[in-house]
Amino acid sequence: MAKIFAVTLILIAIGSAIPIIWHIWEPPADISTHGALIDEQMSETMAEAGLSFLAAQFVLAIFVWIFSNRPKGAKIGHFPGGATAMVLAGFLLVGTEVIALGIFGSRAWASVYFQPPAADAMPIQVQAGQFAFYFRYPGPDGKFGPMHPNLINEANLNFFGLDYNESATKDDIVTAEMAIPVNREVHLLMHSKDLGHSFYVPELRIQQDFVPGLDLSVHFTATKIGKYEIVCTQLCGLGHYNMRAYLYVYSQQDFDDWLKKEAALQ
Amino acid sequence: MHDMSTEAVHHHAPPTGFIRKYIFSTDHKVIGKQYYGLGLVAVFTGMVLSWLMRLHLGWTSLAIPGLHFLSSTGAPGNVMTPEYYLQLMTMHATIMVFFVLTVAPFAAFGNFFLPIQVGAEDMPFPHINMMSFWVTFVAFLVLISSFFLGDGPALSGWTGYAPLSAVGGVAGPGQGLGQVLWAASLAIFCVGQLLGSLNFIPTTLDMRAKGMTLSRMPLNVWGWFITSCMALTAFAVLMPACILLILDHVAGTSFFVPSNLVINDQLQPHAGGSTLLWQHLFWFFGHPEVYIAIVPAMGIVSHVLIANIRRPLLSYKVIIACMFSIAFLSYMVYGHHMFVSGMNPFSSLVFSFPTLIITIPATLIVLIWIGSLYGSRLRINSASLFALGFISMFVAGGVSGFFLAQPSIDIMLHATYFVVGHFHLVMAVAAIFGIFTGTYFWFPKMFGRMMNETLGKIHFWLTFVGAYCIFMPFHYLGLAGNVRRYQAFVGYMEPLIPIHKFITVAALITGAAQFIFLYNLIHSRFWGKIAPENPWECTSLEWTVPSPPPYDNFGGRHPVVYHDPYQYGVESENGADYIMQDSTETPKEA
Repeated sequence: MAKIFAVTLILIAIGSAIPIIWHIWEPPADISTHGALIDEQMSETMAEAGLSFLAAQFVLAIFVWIFSNRPKGAKIGHFPGGATAMVLAGFLLVGTEVIALGIFGSRAWASVYFQPPAADAMPIQVQAGQFAFYFRYPGPDGKFGPMHPNLINEANLNFFGLDYNESATKDDIVTAEMAIPVNREVHLLMHSKDLGHSFYVPELRIQQDFVPGLDLSVHFTATKIGKYEIVCTQLCGLGHYNMRAYLYVYSQQDFDDWLKKEAALQ
Repeated sequence: MHDMSTEAVHHHAPPTGFIRKYIFSTDHKVIGKQYYGLGLVAVFTGMVLSWLMRLHLGWTSLAIPGLHFLSSTGAPGNVMTPEYYLQLMTMHATIMVFFVLTVAPFAAFGNFFLPIQVGAEDMPFPHINMMSFWVTFVAFLVLISSFFLGDGPALSGWTGYAPLSAVGGVAGPGQGLGQVLWAASLAIFCVGQLLGSLNFIPTTLDMRAKGMTLSRMPLNVWGWFITSCMALTAFAVLMPACILLILDHVAGTSFFVPSNLVINDQLQPHAGGSTLLWQHLFWFFGHPEVYIAIVPAMGIVSHVLIANIRRPLLSYKVIIACMFSIAFLSYMVYGHHMFVSGMNPFSSLVFSFPTLIITIPATLIVLIWIGSLYGSRLRINSASLFALGFISMFVAGGVSGFFLAQPSIDIMLHATYFVVGHFHLVMAVAAIFGIFTGTYFWFPKMFGRMMNETLGKIHFWLTFVGAYCIFMPFHYLGLAGNVRRYQAFVGYMEPLIPIHKFITVAALITGAAQFIFLYNLIHSRFWGKIAPENPWECTSLEWTVPSPPPYDNFGGRHPVVYHDPYQYGVESENGADYIMQDSTETPKEA
C-alpha cells in the first residue's frame, strides 16, 4: 500500500503540473503598460512554487516507498545533517526566495500604485452600485459636476445624482459602457453608490475595490484595441455574478466619434 | 512498568444519572465527544450545502429534488435562485470554518486528550468547560435557525463585509434577520471558545503530572496550547466586531456604514462609519483563525506520524518553535486579505513581508516531517495514511500562498477561484485530514473498539484522490480569471463551465465516500473489535489507561513521568522498540 501511495502521489503531482506547463489555462494576454512586471512576477513565482511543490511531493513519495515495509530490526537512519540542515535550508533557501519575491514584487506593485497619474491623463469616473457600473466623462470643460445622493433616481436614469442646472454638470456625459483611446493614460475615479464592489479587468492587470465613503482611483494605459469585460469581484448581493460592463479600447478617432455619439444621447 | 505515586489525590465521585453522565457532563472526555458529535453533524451539513452549490454551478437551471422544502422562496420549483446560492454559500463556509475546523481538531480532541496526555485527572474548571460546549451548541442552533426564519440566511459570505452586512434587508434577502442571527451565532461561538481556552491554558501550565515538564509534552499538546492562546486573543476581537454589526442593524448605529449611501433610490439613514473598519477587525481575527484551524492538526499529525515511523522527529524543539512563530506572525499578516481593499497601498507592502516570512516556519515543519521519514520504519495504516496525506495537502495548498502573499500578483488573483483553491487545500482539506488522522488513531482509546482498517483505507484513497480532483482545478480556474462567489458563469467565464462540471462530479463522489467513514464510525462504535490498551504501541500517557479511560482518567493514581514522549527506536527490556513516558526503564539505543 505504501508503494501505491508513492505512485499515486507522483501521478497527482505530475497531473497537477501539466496544465501549468502546457499553459492550458492562464491569464489573458496583457494589454497594459504596467502589466509586464506583474506577469514576470507571476512567472517567477510559478517556477518557484511549482518546483517546490514537485520536489516536496516527489521526495515524500520516494521516502514513503523506500522506508515502509522494512524488515524487522532494520536500523533507524538519520537524515544527513539532521534538523540543522533543515533549519539552514529553511532559512537560507526559502528565506532568500521569499525575500527576493517580496522585493521584486514591490517594484511591480509600486508601478501601479506609487506613481501619480500623468498630468494629462484622461479622467473618467466610474460608479458601482447594485448591480451595474456607470461611467461619467467630464465633457469639454474637463470638470465633473457635483454628485447629490438625494437626487439619484435610477428610473429616470440619473445614476450619479446630477443636477444638470449646475454649470460643471451641463456637459457631463454618462454612459453604461466605458471607452478609452488606445495608448492614452486614463485616470479612473472610483465611487461606490451603495456597497462594496470591485473593478476587475484581467487583460488590463487592474483590480481595485470600491469603498463606500472613500473616493479611490487607479490609473492605467491600454495598449491594444478591443472589447474587454469589466466584472465586479466584491460580493455585493444577488446580482453580483452578473454585474459587468464592457470596456472598449478604441483608436483616438473612434473614441472621439464614440464620445460625440454619447454626448448627443444625454 | 507504571509508577504508582503515593501522593494524595483529590477524588470526586463519578457522575450518576443519565443527564449528568451524558448530557450536562463536566467530564472533559464526554465534552470532547460532544464536540466531536457537533463537528460531525456540522461537517455533513456543510458538505451537503457544498453539493447543492456545486450542482448549481455546474448546471445553473437544474431542479434539485426536494430543495423547495428547504426554502420555497429560495428554490421555487426546486431551482436555486441567485440569492439562495449565496445564502447556501455563506452557511457552508460559516459552518465549516467555525463548527468543524475550530471544533473538531481543537475542542473535540483537545478536550478529550489534553488532560490525559499531561497526566491530569480533569481540566481545572470542569463546569466552565461544560458551559463552553453548550454555549457552542447554542451558537450552532442560532446559526441553523437562520435557514428557517425571516427570508433565510445571510448572503454576505462567511466574511460578512460591510456595508452589505450592516445596512439590513434593503441590501438583499437574508440581510436583515439572517445577518443578525449570523453575527449573534458567531458572538456566542466566541464566548464558547473563550471559555474553552480558559481551561486549556491552565491545564497545560498547572495540571501536569510529576515529571511532565513542558519539554516532555506530546507535540499535539503544544499544538492545542498554542491554539488556545490564539483563540483567546482572536475571538476576543471577533466578538465585539459582531456586536457592533448587530448594533448597526438594531440600534441605529453606523459603525461600519458611511453616509450618503443610496440603495434602491433610498438614501440610507447612516453616517460616520467606516467600511474598512469591519475588514480590519474581521481579518485581525480571521487570519489567526485559519491557524487555529491548522495548528492542532499539525500537532496531531506530528504525534501520529512519530508513532507510525517508530522514531522521533529530527527535532522536537524546532517543531514547537515553528508553531509558535506561525502563531506570532499570524497577527501581522492579516492585511494580505485586504491588498486591493482600498487601504493605503503602502500598508499592502508592509503586510506582504510577514506573509512571505511565515512561509519559513511552515516550510520548516514540512521539511522536518519529510526528513524524519528518512531511515524510519514507516507503518501504513489508516491513521498514518491520512497523516501522510496531510503533509501532501498542506504542501499543495501552501505553495499557492507564494502567489497570494504578493500584492502585485494579488491584483490578478484576488477574489478568484485561485484563492478558493488555496484555502480549501491548505486549511479545509488539510485540517479535515488532521481530523481523520486523529479519529483513526484515537478511536480505540475513546470508544474501546477498533475501527475497520479496510474501510479506513478505502475512505483514504477516495478522499485523497477526490480532494485533489476537486481543488487542484480551482487554481487553473483562478488563473483564467474565474471570479469567486458567482452563482453562474457568463461572458468570458462561460467556457470554463466544463471544468466546473468535472469538479462537481468529483465533489459528489468524494462526498459520498465520507459515508464510508460515517458507517465505519457508527459500526465500530458498537460492533468493532475490542481495543487493547495500546494498539499502536504509542508512548504517551493516554495509552497507559484503559480503553476507554475511567471517569477520572488514571483510576485514582497519579502518574509520574520519566521520559519525553518520543522514546521510539530504542531497545526496551521486553523486546519492544519503544518506552512509555511513565516507565522507570532507562532507554537503550537500538
